[in-house]
Amino acid sequence: MKVPITISINGRARSAEVEPRLLLVQFLRDVLGLTGTKIGCDTSQCGACMVLLDGIAVKSCTCLAVQADGCAVTTIEGLASNGQLSALQEAFWEKHGLQCGFCTPGMIFAAYELLRTNPNPSPEQIRHGLEGNMCRCTGYQNIVRAVQAAAAAGGRA
Amino acid sequence: MFAANFEYLRATSLAEAHRLLAANPGAKLLAGGHSLVPLLKLRLAAPPAVIDIGPITELRGIAGQGDSLRIGALTTHAAVAASAEVRTSAAALAEAAAGVGDPAVRNRGTIGGNIAHADPASDLPTVLVALDAAVVAVGPKGERTIPAAEFFTGIMTTALRDNEIVAAVVVPMSKRGVGSAYVKFAHPASRYAVVGAAARVAVNKGTCAEVQVAVGGLVPHARRASAVERALTGQPAEAASFQAAAARVREDLGGDVNGDVFASAEYRAAMAPVYVKRALAAAAARAGLT
Repeated sequence: MKVPITISINGRARSAEVEPRLLLVQFLRDVLGLTGTKIGCDTSQCGACMVLLDGIAVKSCTCLAVQADGCAVTTIEGLASNGQLSALQEAFWEKHGLQCGFCTPGMIFAAYELLRTNPNPSPEQIRHGLEGNMCRCTGYQNIVRAVQAAAAAGGRA
Repeated sequence: MFAANFEYLRATSLAEAHRLLAANPGAKLLAGGHSLVPLLKLRLAAPPAVIDIGPITELRGIAGQGDSLRIGALTTHAAVAASAEVRTSAAALAEAAAGVGDPAVRNRGTIGGNIAHADPASDLPTVLVALDAAVVAVGPKGERTIPAAEFFTGIMTTALRDNEIVAAVVVPMSKRGVGSAYVKFAHPASRYAVVGAAARVAVNKGTCAEVQVAVGGLVPHARRASAVERALTGQPAEAASFQAAAARVREDLGGDVNGDVFASAEYRAAMAPVYVKRALAAAAARAGLT
């Protein structure tokens, strides 16, 4: 039996009737067409599906859409404001913190979560903070530099 | 991956959760979903109904209770790891919680959900068994307290009854001169424990006065390493004693060691003394600091 849900997505209330088994990531991608959030491993290990749920980074492949009912979700599509990239997005661009870009939305939210709890992380702490996100292109070096640059530029937003 | 369909029910109080459990035989409880949702997606679980207990606020939070800490079942791993009380009084638990999965997993996964699923590779059961913690299980007619060592009974199997809900975990606080630690050989992708070892050691004038040790990850469920405990009790708190005592863990493991494609039973058994030794040394070092 379908369940009515309303989730604030990037500041806009979105309502739908969904099957309880629908994952939050499927709701974002297949119902709303917000394909910036990726499905990688689909087993809560790779981090490609990370979004903010009430301001906290979560893996949306391991969250049912019904669990997010009444919550606020931020996806990568909602990070820039008025065409202005966020500090993290800007830093990933500047420092070449991506190649194919598949892991990048999740990486940015992992970095966002890290800077939320530790605004000035060491390179070691950055690597530890990104432990739940996998990148198969960059070798991580430029991702760490991007997070350092965002921290130096004053944070995540 | 798509789970089999199920009916979704939401409880906002323990009483409502019990009513829904009674009315829906075979239903599963959903907390943070980081144990259940993967099982649903793999269709290792296909319950007719899922009861979301996430909104029950009374099951969330950490509070002192006499000489113990009472940690509500819905408290996330992130909250346990960040708690000053847990870090001071049950360092091994804070350490284990900080090592579950990754930051996003720790933001959702809960202590109650973790232990109710009793994954043999989970970190928290090993610590709870070592620290003599207890599980508060609430049924329709009241609550009972189950020692952690009796709660975990097999692979993904616990002493919890069908009509009971894990409400809290009660963890004795370390006193002065007592330290605890958890170390693990983490699977490189999942961070689950290939081998995990937890220890609490009371050091008195350089001697290990009381020793509690448990191992997990390599056995069907976390268990006390009593041969190690006996071997170290009364011995000097030094590297040679830790190594000699840790070697006795083979007696505690018996023939009951898990192996898989990542790490054979033989390899895990060979690693067990290494991690037990490290846990003992770290716990004893912390005992000296308090």
